[in-house]
Amino acid sequence: MSALTIAGRALSSRLFLGTGGLPSLVLLEPVVAAAEPGLVTVSVRRTSSTRDGGLLDVLRRSGVPLLPNTAGCLSPREAVMTAELAREALGTDWVKLEVIGDEASLLPDAIGLVDAADQLVRRGFTVLPYTTDDPVLARRLVDVGCAAVMPLGSPIGSGLGVLNPHAIEAVRAAVDVPVVLDAGVGTASDAALALELGCDAVLAATAVTRADDPVTMAGALRLAVEAGYAARRAGRIPRRTTARASSPMTGRIA
Amino acid sequence: MRITVNGQETALDGRTVADLLAARLDDPRPHGIAVAVNDEVVPRDDWPRRPLAGGDVVEIVTAVQGG
Repeated sequence: MSALTIAGRALSSRLFLGTGGLPSLVLLEPVVAAAEPGLVTVSVRRTSSTRDGGLLDVLRRSGVPLLPNTAGCLSPREAVMTAELAREALGTDWVKLEVIGDEASLLPDAIGLVDAADQLVRRGFTVLPYTTDDPVLARRLVDVGCAAVMPLGSPIGSGLGVLNPHAIEAVRAAVDVPVVLDAGVGTASDAALALELGCDAVLAATAVTRADDPVTMAGALRLAVEAGYAARRAGRIPRRTTARASSPMTGRIA
Repeated sequence: MRITVNGQETALDGRTVADLLAARLDDPRPHGIAVAVNDEVVPRDDWPRRPLAGGDVVEIVTAVQGG
Protein backbone atom coordinates (compact mmCIF):
# COMPACT_ATOMS: atom_id res chain seq x y z
CA MET A 1 0.00 0.00 0.00
CA SER A 2 1.57 3.30 -1.02
CA ALA A 3 2.30 5.70 1.77
CA LEU A 4 -0.04 8.41 2.92
CA THR A 5 1.60 11.78 3.49
CA ILE A 6 0.10 14.45 5.72
CA ALA A 7 1.85 17.79 6.18
CA GLY A 8 5.01 16.32 4.67
CA ARG A 9 5.14 13.32 6.99
CA ALA A 10 4.82 9.86 5.45
CA LEU A 11 2.58 7.60 7.53
CA SER A 12 3.00 3.84 7.46
CA SER A 13 -0.70 2.98 7.34
CA ARG A 14 -4.03 4.39 6.28
CA LEU A 15 -5.62 3.12 9.49
CA PHE A 16 -5.44 5.44 12.49
CA LEU A 17 -6.30 3.98 15.86
CA GLY A 18 -8.10 5.65 18.73
CA THR A 19 -7.15 4.26 22.11
CA GLY A 20 -10.29 5.20 24.05
CA GLY A 21 -12.64 2.56 25.36
CA LEU A 22 -10.36 -0.45 25.83
CA PRO A 23 -11.53 -2.50 28.82
CA SER A 24 -7.93 -3.03 29.88
CA LEU A 25 -4.64 -1.35 29.07
CA VAL A 26 -3.16 -4.84 28.79
CA LEU A 27 -4.94 -5.11 25.43
CA LEU A 28 -3.34 -1.97 24.03
CA GLU A 29 -0.07 -3.52 22.96
CA PRO A 30 -1.61 -6.47 21.04
CA VAL A 31 -4.28 -4.20 19.54
CA VAL A 32 -1.67 -1.78 18.23
CA ALA A 33 0.41 -4.69 16.95
CA ALA A 34 -2.60 -6.11 15.07
CA ALA A 35 -3.77 -2.76 13.68
CA GLU A 36 -0.32 -1.50 12.62
CA PRO A 37 -1.78 2.02 12.61
CA GLY A 38 -0.19 5.08 11.02
CA LEU A 39 -1.15 7.22 14.02
CA VAL A 40 -2.61 6.59 17.46
CA THR A 41 -4.76 9.13 19.24
CA VAL A 42 -4.71 10.00 22.90
CA SER A 43 -6.63 12.51 24.99
CA VAL A 44 -5.31 14.96 27.55
CA ARG A 45 -6.85 15.08 31.01
CA ARG A 46 -6.16 16.38 34.49
CA THR A 47 -3.97 14.10 36.55
CA SER A 48 -3.01 13.70 40.18
CA SER A 49 -0.51 10.95 39.55
CA THR A 50 2.52 10.31 37.37
CA ARG A 51 1.29 6.78 36.85
CA ASP A 52 -0.52 6.81 33.50
CA GLY A 53 -0.80 3.04 33.65
CA GLY A 54 1.97 2.70 31.13
CA LEU A 55 -0.08 4.20 28.27
CA LEU A 56 2.72 6.36 26.94
CA ASP A 57 5.31 3.64 27.51
CA VAL A 58 3.31 1.16 25.44
CA LEU A 59 2.67 3.66 22.66
CA ARG A 60 6.27 4.86 22.54
CA ARG A 61 7.47 1.25 22.39
CA SER A 62 5.20 0.63 19.40
CA GLY A 63 6.91 3.44 17.53
CA VAL A 64 3.56 4.73 16.18
CA PRO A 65 3.37 8.54 16.12
CA LEU A 66 0.95 10.09 18.63
CA LEU A 67 -1.97 12.27 17.61
CA PRO A 68 -3.36 14.03 20.68
CA ASN A 69 -6.98 15.12 20.44
CA THR A 70 -9.09 17.82 22.01
CA ALA A 71 -11.97 15.42 22.62
CA GLY A 72 -14.83 16.82 24.61
CA CYS A 73 -13.80 20.45 24.28
CA LEU A 74 -16.87 22.65 23.99
CA SER A 75 -15.27 25.95 22.98
CA PRO A 76 -12.39 27.15 20.83
CA ARG A 77 -10.70 28.52 23.94
CA GLU A 78 -10.79 25.13 25.67
CA ALA A 79 -9.65 23.32 22.53
CA VAL A 80 -6.71 25.66 21.93
CA MET A 81 -5.62 25.38 25.57
CA THR A 82 -5.90 21.59 25.44
CA ALA A 83 -3.85 21.47 22.23
CA GLU A 84 -1.17 23.66 23.80
CA LEU A 85 -1.01 21.37 26.85
CA ALA A 86 -0.83 18.29 24.59
CA ARG A 87 2.03 19.82 22.63
CA GLU A 88 3.94 20.47 25.82
CA ALA A 89 3.20 17.07 27.38
CA LEU A 90 3.77 14.94 24.29
CA GLY A 91 6.22 16.92 22.21
CA THR A 92 4.13 16.96 19.03
CA ASP A 93 2.47 19.87 17.30
CA TRP A 94 -0.02 17.60 15.55
CA VAL A 95 -3.54 17.75 16.92
CA LYS A 96 -6.84 16.13 16.11
CA LEU A 97 -9.06 19.12 16.71
CA GLU A 98 -12.49 18.55 18.18
CA VAL A 99 -14.79 21.39 19.11
CA ILE A 100 -18.00 19.70 20.18
CA GLY A 101 -21.35 21.45 19.80
CA ASP A 102 -23.21 19.52 22.44
CA GLU A 103 -22.62 16.51 24.60
CA ALA A 104 -25.67 14.60 23.38
CA SER A 105 -24.87 14.47 19.66
CA LEU A 106 -21.10 15.04 19.96
CA LEU A 107 -21.41 16.77 16.59
CA PRO A 108 -18.79 19.37 15.73
CA ASP A 109 -19.57 23.04 16.36
CA ALA A 110 -18.85 24.23 12.83
CA ILE A 111 -18.30 27.89 13.72
CA GLY A 112 -16.12 27.19 16.73
CA LEU A 113 -14.20 24.58 14.76
CA VAL A 114 -13.04 27.00 12.06
CA ASP A 115 -12.16 29.59 14.70
CA ALA A 116 -10.08 27.10 16.74
CA ALA A 117 -8.42 25.67 13.62
CA ASP A 118 -7.42 29.15 12.52
CA GLN A 119 -5.92 29.94 15.94
CA LEU A 120 -4.01 26.66 16.11
CA VAL A 121 -2.57 26.94 12.60
CA ARG A 122 -1.31 30.42 13.51
CA ARG A 123 0.32 28.92 16.61
CA GLY A 124 2.22 26.43 14.48
CA PHE A 125 0.08 23.34 14.90
CA THR A 126 -0.58 20.71 12.25
CA VAL A 127 -4.35 20.60 12.53
CA LEU A 128 -6.56 17.62 11.62
CA PRO A 129 -10.12 18.70 12.41
CA TYR A 130 -13.00 16.35 13.20
CA THR A 131 -15.78 17.79 11.08
CA THR A 132 -19.20 17.09 9.66
CA ASP A 133 -19.59 15.54 6.20
CA ASP A 134 -20.06 19.03 4.73
CA PRO A 135 -17.88 19.89 1.72
CA VAL A 136 -18.30 23.64 2.25
CA LEU A 137 -17.09 23.44 5.85
CA ALA A 138 -14.24 21.17 4.76
CA ARG A 139 -13.10 23.82 2.32
CA ARG A 140 -13.29 26.52 4.99
CA LEU A 141 -11.07 24.38 7.21
CA VAL A 142 -8.52 23.96 4.44
CA ASP A 143 -8.70 27.71 3.76
CA VAL A 144 -7.47 28.42 7.30
CA GLY A 145 -4.62 25.95 6.87
CA CYS A 146 -5.74 22.53 8.11
CA ALA A 147 -3.45 19.71 6.96
CA ALA A 148 -6.30 17.23 6.50
CA VAL A 149 -10.01 17.02 7.19
CA MET A 150 -11.71 14.29 9.20
CA PRO A 151 -15.40 14.05 8.33
CA LEU A 152 -17.65 11.83 10.38
CA GLY A 153 -19.31 8.81 8.82
CA SER A 154 -21.95 8.87 11.56
CA PRO A 155 -22.02 9.99 15.21
CA ILE A 156 -19.07 9.18 17.45
CA GLY A 157 -19.32 5.70 18.92
CA SER A 158 -22.53 4.89 17.02
CA GLY A 159 -21.10 2.18 14.78
CA LEU A 160 -23.60 3.20 12.10
CA GLY A 161 -20.91 3.31 9.42
CA VAL A 162 -20.97 5.80 6.54
CA LEU A 163 -24.54 7.13 6.58
CA ASN A 164 -24.12 9.52 3.66
CA PRO A 165 -21.58 8.17 1.17
CA HIS A 166 -22.43 10.92 -1.32
CA ALA A 167 -21.47 13.59 1.19
CA ILE A 168 -18.15 11.86 1.88
CA GLU A 169 -17.48 11.80 -1.86
CA ALA A 170 -18.38 15.49 -2.03
CA VAL A 171 -15.92 16.28 0.78
CA ARG A 172 -13.26 14.30 -1.09
CA ALA A 173 -13.93 16.29 -4.24
CA ALA A 174 -13.97 19.64 -2.42
CA VAL A 175 -10.49 19.61 -0.88
CA ASP A 176 -6.95 18.83 -1.96
CA VAL A 177 -5.72 17.68 1.45
CA PRO A 178 -6.04 14.13 2.82
CA VAL A 179 -9.53 13.11 3.95
CA VAL A 180 -9.69 10.83 6.97
CA LEU A 181 -13.03 9.26 7.80
CA ASP A 182 -13.50 9.73 11.52
CA ALA A 183 -16.32 8.45 13.70
CA GLY A 184 -19.02 5.94 13.02
CA VAL A 185 -16.99 2.98 11.84
CA GLY A 186 -18.59 -0.14 13.29
CA THR A 187 -16.87 -2.95 11.45
CA ALA A 188 -14.46 -3.77 8.67
CA SER A 189 -16.82 -3.14 5.74
CA ASP A 190 -17.41 0.44 6.93
CA ALA A 191 -13.67 1.13 6.79
CA ALA A 192 -13.34 -0.47 3.37
CA LEU A 193 -16.24 1.63 2.07
CA ALA A 194 -14.59 4.83 3.28
CA LEU A 195 -11.46 4.09 1.27
CA GLU A 196 -13.56 3.05 -1.74
CA LEU A 197 -15.30 6.42 -1.58
CA GLY A 198 -11.96 8.15 -1.88
CA CYS A 199 -10.98 8.77 1.73
CA ASP A 200 -7.22 8.58 2.27
CA ALA A 201 -7.45 6.98 5.70
CA VAL A 202 -9.84 5.89 8.44
CA LEU A 203 -9.71 6.55 12.14
CA ALA A 204 -11.34 3.87 14.27
CA ALA A 205 -11.56 3.76 18.03
CA THR A 206 -14.74 2.27 19.43
CA ALA A 207 -15.06 -0.20 16.55
CA VAL A 208 -11.90 -1.82 17.84
CA THR A 209 -11.82 -1.08 21.53
CA ARG A 210 -15.42 -2.12 22.25
CA ALA A 211 -15.51 -5.13 19.91
CA ASP A 212 -15.93 -8.49 21.60
CA ASP A 213 -12.39 -9.28 20.50
CA PRO A 214 -10.49 -6.02 20.00
CA VAL A 215 -7.28 -7.65 18.76
CA THR A 216 -9.02 -9.58 15.99
CA MET A 217 -11.07 -6.52 14.99
CA ALA A 218 -7.89 -4.44 14.86
CA GLY A 219 -6.48 -6.89 12.32
CA ALA A 220 -9.77 -6.92 10.39
CA LEU A 221 -9.74 -3.13 10.06
CA ARG A 222 -6.13 -3.18 8.89
CA LEU A 223 -7.08 -5.59 6.10
CA ALA A 224 -10.27 -3.66 5.30
CA VAL A 225 -8.36 -0.43 4.81
CA GLU A 226 -5.91 -2.18 2.52
CA ALA A 227 -8.76 -3.79 0.57
CA GLY A 228 -10.71 -0.55 0.27
CA TYR A 229 -7.67 1.36 -0.92
CA ALA A 230 -6.85 -1.31 -3.52
CA ALA A 231 -10.45 -1.35 -4.73
CA ARG A 232 -10.47 2.41 -5.06
CA ARG A 233 -7.34 2.33 -7.22
CA ALA A 234 -8.71 -0.59 -9.25
CA GLY A 235 -11.84 1.36 -10.20
CA ARG A 236 -15.20 -0.20 -9.49
CA ILE A 237 -17.69 -1.03 -12.24
CA PRO A 238 -20.54 1.39 -12.82
CA ARG A 239 -23.79 0.50 -11.11
CA ARG A 240 -26.57 -0.73 -13.43
CA THR A 241 -30.23 -1.26 -12.78
CA THR A 242 -30.45 -4.26 -15.07
CA ALA A 243 -28.52 -7.51 -15.37
CA ARG A 244 -25.57 -7.87 -17.71
CA ALA A 245 -24.41 -11.43 -18.34
CA SER A 246 -20.75 -12.16 -17.94
CA SER A 247 -21.00 -15.57 -19.65
CA PRO A 248 -21.48 -15.72 -23.44
CA MET A 249 -25.03 -16.42 -24.60
CA THR A 250 -23.81 -18.04 -27.82
CA GLY A 251 -22.82 -21.71 -27.99
CA ARG A 252 -25.20 -22.95 -25.35
CA ILE A 253 -26.39 -26.54 -25.75
CA ALA A 254 -29.87 -27.23 -27.15
CA MET B 1 -1.44 30.72 50.34
CA ARG B 2 -4.40 29.24 48.46
CA ILE B 3 -4.30 28.25 44.80
CA THR B 4 -6.61 26.22 42.56
CA VAL B 5 -5.16 23.01 41.12
CA ASN B 6 -7.20 21.02 38.61
CA GLY B 7 -10.36 22.77 39.71
CA GLN B 8 -9.86 22.30 43.45
CA GLU B 9 -8.74 24.97 45.87
CA THR B 10 -5.74 23.88 47.87
CA ALA B 11 -2.96 25.18 50.09
CA LEU B 12 0.43 25.67 48.45
CA ASP B 13 3.50 24.73 50.46
CA GLY B 14 6.28 25.53 48.00
CA ARG B 15 7.06 28.51 45.85
CA THR B 16 7.32 27.24 42.28
CA VAL B 17 5.62 24.95 39.77
CA ALA B 18 8.36 22.39 40.42
CA ASP B 19 7.61 22.55 44.17
CA LEU B 20 3.93 21.93 43.44
CA LEU B 21 4.72 18.94 41.21
CA ALA B 22 7.08 17.51 43.79
CA ALA B 23 4.39 17.80 46.46
CA ARG B 24 1.55 16.37 44.37
CA LEU B 25 3.30 13.90 42.06
CA ASP B 26 6.40 13.06 44.12
CA ASP B 27 8.49 14.29 41.20
CA PRO B 28 9.53 17.87 40.34
CA ARG B 29 10.09 16.95 36.68
CA PRO B 30 7.65 14.18 35.72
CA HIS B 31 7.50 13.02 32.10
CA GLY B 32 4.40 13.16 29.92
CA ILE B 33 2.98 16.02 31.98
CA ALA B 34 2.04 19.56 31.01
CA VAL B 35 1.28 22.47 33.31
CA ALA B 36 -0.66 25.66 32.70
CA VAL B 37 -0.85 28.57 35.12
CA ASN B 38 -3.65 31.07 34.56
CA ASP B 39 -4.29 29.76 31.04
CA GLU B 40 -0.63 29.95 29.99
CA VAL B 41 1.38 26.77 29.40
CA VAL B 42 4.55 26.78 31.49
CA PRO B 43 7.31 25.04 29.53
CA ARG B 44 8.95 22.18 31.35
CA ASP B 45 12.31 23.95 31.55
CA ASP B 46 10.66 26.85 33.38
CA TRP B 47 9.04 24.76 36.13
CA PRO B 48 11.86 25.26 38.70
CA ARG B 49 11.76 29.05 38.36
CA ARG B 50 8.08 29.75 37.65
CA PRO B 51 6.74 31.22 40.91
CA LEU B 52 3.18 30.61 42.08
CA ALA B 53 1.09 33.24 43.82
CA GLY B 54 -2.13 33.16 45.82
CA GLY B 55 -5.17 32.86 43.57
CA ASP B 56 -3.27 31.19 40.73
CA VAL B 57 -5.23 28.66 38.71
CA VAL B 58 -3.09 25.65 37.81
CA GLU B 59 -3.85 22.77 35.47
CA ILE B 60 -1.74 19.60 35.52
CA VAL B 61 -2.51 17.18 32.69
CA THR B 62 -1.26 14.02 31.08
CA ALA B 63 -2.20 11.73 28.19
CA VAL B 64 -5.00 9.23 28.71
CA GLN B 65 -6.66 6.72 26.41
CA GLY B 66 -8.92 8.52 23.98
CA GLY B 67 -10.29 8.45 20.47
